[in-house]
Amino acid sequence: MLILECPYCGVKAEETELANGGEAHLKRFGPGSADNDFESYMFARKNPKGVHFERWRHSYGCGKWFLAARCTATLEVFGTYPAQTAEPPADLQAKIKAKRPDWKGY
Amino acid sequence: MSDPVSPLGNARFDGFVSVREVGPLGMITLRAKADVKELAAAIKAAVGTTVPAQRRVVINGDRAAGWMSPDEYLLVLPYDQVAAAMAAIATAMGGAHHLAADVSDARAIFRVEGAKATQALQKLMPVDFATLEPGELRRSRAAQVAAAIWEQDGGFTVVCFRSVAAYVFGLLSHSAQPGSELA
Repeated sequence: MLILECPYCGVKAEETELANGGEAHLKRFGPGSADNDFESYMFARKNPKGVHFERWRHSYGCGKWFLAARCTATLEVFGTYPAQTAEPPADLQAKIKAKRPDWKGY
Repeated sequence: MSDPVSPLGNARFDGFVSVREVGPLGMITLRAKADVKELAAAIKAAVGTTVPAQRRVVINGDRAAGWMSPDEYLLVLPYDQVAAAMAAIATAMGGAHHLAADVSDARAIFRVEGAKATQALQKLMPVDFATLEPGELRRSRAAQVAAAIWEQDGGFTVVCFRSVAAYVFGLLSHSAQPGSELA
């Protein structure tokens, strides 16, 4: 069971109150972009064993989207942060690096 | 003019706690960013309370204002005063960007009362009642549907959508069956 803290309302919500929205920090390639870029934007997703950044929606609560960093192997949650963030906050990245020294960055 | 009716005609169930459907109750959804300076005056004019802090509900007699999300507030007031409150909100907000909607007929409200009210709700919601603070409004789910709860007058007020009123009443009354108390 995953428990994520919603950064908007501060509720420690368990998995069934949330809806998963797939991988976070995707860079969009829209109309006019190269075919390979568009294809990878549409279909290519990371599937790591280890640190993963995901989008979640607090669907039964405040209804806001947020981002979470967790380990797919141990379900350890490193942290959550608002969706209006282009990349994981530096302190969160440092925390993950300290816990998983072989992590190669997001 | 038709008479407003609550979804279940004020149904009631008495188990180890009592479950009763209350209403019709006036409810207004007010959406505006928390930094809009007219917001405090609008909430004051509609229900006479301060702007609720994060996850809080401020109760003022038969009126209340609750924090639903960073830009959404729930105002509870007597059913027949909604129109006046809507007008007061429009005046107070002026040109500030906001949305106020009368959702009185879109909701169902239950009261769960009794010494073991927490136990009846605990069985249905993924909420840690031990850490629920006084005056906290918790939005979550009751079994399969969205619901919000807060503690008031020694019991809990449960709010859900009107379309699932019968389902939620069934859940609550089953959860309150005599003999099904938690140890």
